[in-house]
Amino acid sequence: KERTSLARVKMPEAPPMERARSYVEVNSGLTPEQAINEASRCIDCANPTCISGCPVEINIPKFVKNIERGEFLEAAKVLKETNALPAVCGRVCPQEKQCEANCFYQLKLSTEPVAIGYLERFAADFEQQSGKISIPEVAHSNGIKVAVIGSGPAGLAFAGDMAKLGYEVVILEALHEIGGVLKYGIPEFRLPNSIVDVEIESLRKMGVKFETNFIVGKTATIDDLREEGFKGFFVGSGAGLPRFMNIPGENLVGVLSSNEYLTRINLMGASSQGMDTPVVRGKKVAVIGGGNTAMDSVRTALRLGAEKVSIIYRRSLEEMPARVEEVKHAQEEGVEFLTLNNPVEYIGDDKGKVKQIRVQRMELGEPDSSGRRSPVAVDGSEYIIDADTVVVSVGVSPNPILPQSLPQLKVSRWGTIEVDPDTLQSSIPDIFAGGDIVRGGATVILAMGDGRKAAASMHQYLTNQTKK
Amino acid sequence: MNKVISKHYYSENVVSLEIEAPRIAKARRAGHFVMVRVGNTGERIPLTISTANVERGTITLVVQKVGVSSRKITELEVGDEVTDLVGPLGQATHVENFGTILACGGGVGVAPLLPIVEELKKAGNKVISVIAARSKDLIILEDQIRQHSDEVIVMTDDGSYGKKGLITEGMEEVINREKIDQAVIIGPGIMMKFAALTTKKHNIPSIASLNTIMVDGTGMCGACRVTVGGKTRFVCVDGPEFDAHEVDFDEMLMRLSGYREDEIKADEQYLCVSKNKGKA
Ligand SMILES: Cc1cc2nc3c(=O)[nH]c(=O)nc-3n(C[C@H](O)[C@H](O)[C@H](O)COP(=O)(O)OP(=O)(O)OC[C@H]3O[C@@H](n4cnc5c(N)ncnc54)[C@H](O)[C@@H]3O)c2cc1C
Ligand SMILES: Cc1cc2nc3c(=O)[nH]c(=O)nc-3n(C[C@H](O)[C@H](O)[C@H](O)COP(=O)(O)OP(=O)(O)OC[C@H]3O[C@@H](n4cnc5c(N)ncnc54)[C@H](O)[C@@H]3O)c2cc1C
Ligand code: SF4
Ligand code: SF4
Ligand code: FES
Ligand SMILES: [Mg+2]
Repeated sequence: KERTSLARVKMPEAPPMERARSYVEVNSGLTPEQAINEASRCIDCANPTCISGCPVEINIPKFVKNIERGEFLEAAKVLKETNALPAVCGRVCPQEKQCEANCFYQLKLSTEPVAIGYLERFAADFEQQSGKISIPEVAHSNGIKVAVIGSGPAGLAFAGDMAKLGYEVVILEALHEIGGVLKYGIPEFRLPNSIVDVEIESLRKMGVKFETNFIVGKTATIDDLREEGFKGFFVGSGAGLPRFMNIPGENLVGVLSSNEYLTRINLMGASSQGMDTPVVRGKKVAVIGGGNTAMDSVRTALRLGAEKVSIIYRRSLEEMPARVEEVKHAQEEGVEFLTLNNPVEYIGDDKGKVKQIRVQRMELGEPDSSGRRSPVAVDGSEYIIDADTVVVSVGVSPNPILPQSLPQLKVSRWGTIEVDPDTLQSSIPDIFAGGDIVRGGATVILAMGDGRKAAASMHQYLTNQTKK
Repeated sequence: MNKVISKHYYSENVVSLEIEAPRIAKARRAGHFVMVRVGNTGERIPLTISTANVERGTITLVVQKVGVSSRKITELEVGDEVTDLVGPLGQATHVENFGTILACGGGVGVAPLLPIVEELKKAGNKVISVIAARSKDLIILEDQIRQHSDEVIVMTDDGSYGKKGLITEGMEEVINREKIDQAVIIGPGIMMKFAALTTKKHNIPSIASLNTIMVDGTGMCGACRVTVGGKTRFVCVDGPEFDAHEVDFDEMLMRLSGYREDEIKADEQYLCVSKNKGKA
């Protein structure tokens, strides 16, 4: 009874007006006391429904109870049994739709769920800071070479599991940095790169090899790699292609994709002194879209010194796909939300630079195939707003480079790789795939879950092959 | 990994670098480019693979100093490592026996033109090349172009070498005397715009190799987008070659200037820092 009467912990945060102008991490993390108190709210359910809400089925009550007992390193160990990147997931998982949505508190008491994400982050950070990071045991090398295409969460999770099984794992990455979207997409104020680097370092210690500046399908083909002795391939090449809306003026100077905007800053360091890569520093910045990428872009614009920043989103706040916490943080930081609005044209000045947006009001109609009420344009509702920078963040498509280099590979109408849902094996037997290249834009934890699943089934496949 | 093997100056501002890159040397075709980054503060910039040597495992880049990033590359010396080099990128040139080719290269555009001329010649075409630059010292790779062309016309704006005049004048001269089946146009945006207008006037099918701003070079950012035939295309993955008569060159030129102030500042800053280093 006592446990259930405790209030959910509040995450300590940097003050909105200070953080909105710096790259300091917004959430500062729980103190040990806060973590222990929060952990004590968990009633260790006989049937822990929270676990079924987690795509990688972390043993949530077990790690939470370790925290309650003050055994933080043990808690981290439990996390790592199923989740290779707990410090990342504790920060970026949409908990309100996953584990926490299925917590007893939420389901049965209709009160605030146990802060599973905060606790996960706490235990993982504690381990990172303790310097006593447990490196998983690695089986004796079996001498079998496998290649991973792409170093995002799917590829990293796959690599970790295969290394544990004794495979010689090489990760091939197109960019000059390891980490995929975790590095070039999600900004420092939400997920510091150093957190990702610790996890990458663990993989290195487990014997995983990394090769950057290597585009499979261009630098070498899968056939070349087969000749070099690779026996299995995991494709985790992500959904890196930005979509545009094909409306007039979209190619004006000052209109750019969120991928370009975030890559210039997060991968190329454009916001720091002394870096050669430039970035636009708009005064009035409009970001089109309502996902995590849109929130990251709009909050980045603030940090680059914009005076006025707005989200333009065609549905209402309720339909926004972004994490609830990101929307809340953005609102606190002073982002204007123009929901039920949609751009129809960008207007440029005489130098071809964007200066205004023609916007149309929308209303919600019948639910569409996604179950969300679909936006319908309101006739005669167009109006004009000023903007000197527009960041288009309306979704991404699968990266086509690898699929295009493999004509026999089955891909869907949307360019995603088709796989057997149970084994993640593609139409080419030695090629498995997972993460956004299969799902077409999902989450970190789903990508990681795929990586692990593919590792298990590739192991099975390769074991059968060698028996033959 | 990507060591500079040899270096050659065409002029004070145009340098050719042979760089170790065995995989790229093997995989590349005419028309491909690489993304290059020098130093940890460096920017990624696209450069065409001018030639490659599979036996030596090297590729050759010809770089013109125009700003901070190209400057850093031209300052690399034999034995230095290129921090990041990735490729080969883009679609390879479509090569077939068209008949008679008019190959037009302006400034450093002659570097990417060279492998294309070579392939087109090998495919049995008659190749007439017109290469042009502001002045004599900016004419590059003339001998190499000659090696693979049936005829070469050199044009300089100031008349310091070859014929005096713009590249379009040299092109007109050829077009007026014989039937051209296909034109290839590579050079600064403004030159390509007018060269394309010239061939359009004479109904000669033409391709241009575009040099937009790029960040990743793999289709991820959209910085390189350009309108071709009314549709938005990404130069890094759909190009860099397009039907020259369909390209919106005005839009391309406008987008190229999008970061000009920052680019000038970055270059000045770099020059200032290296000067101070020189003093110390
Ligand atoms: C700005 C932004 C914010 C996000 N926020 C969240 C969030 O808060 N929570 C959440 O759960 N999810 C979030 N997501 C989504 C999440 O990041 C992705 O679902 C996840 O990263 C997908 O992982 P992946 O491993 O499939 O691919 P990616 O992370 O996209 O990695 C793919 C990698 O493969 C490389 N690659 C591609 N082609 C090749 C090739 N041919 N050869 C070699 N390498 C190649 C790419 O360069 C890239 O590094 C966000 C995404 C973005 C863009
Ligand atoms: C597919 C492709 C192939 C290329 N091949 C070569 C090559 O073989 N050799 C070579 O020397 N250059 C080549 N370029 C151009 C080269 O990438 C640019 O000169 C370089 O990016 C300029 O960077 P910077 O920092 O040195 O100059 P910046 O300071 O960024 O720019 C200096 C000036 O050059 C202009 N500029 C910027 N980018 C470009 C560009 N892409 N093209 C033309 N002008 C530009 C700017 O507007 C500015 O006025 C190629 C470009 C593309 C897209
Ligand atoms: S990995 Fe994500 S879904 Fe699973 S318990 Fe952690 S925060 Fe929840
Ligand atoms: S459902 Fe909630 S209370 Fe029950 S075990 Fe999971 S976290 Fe604890
Ligand atoms: S350079 Fe980024 S998409 Fe072409
Ligand atoms: Mg530059």
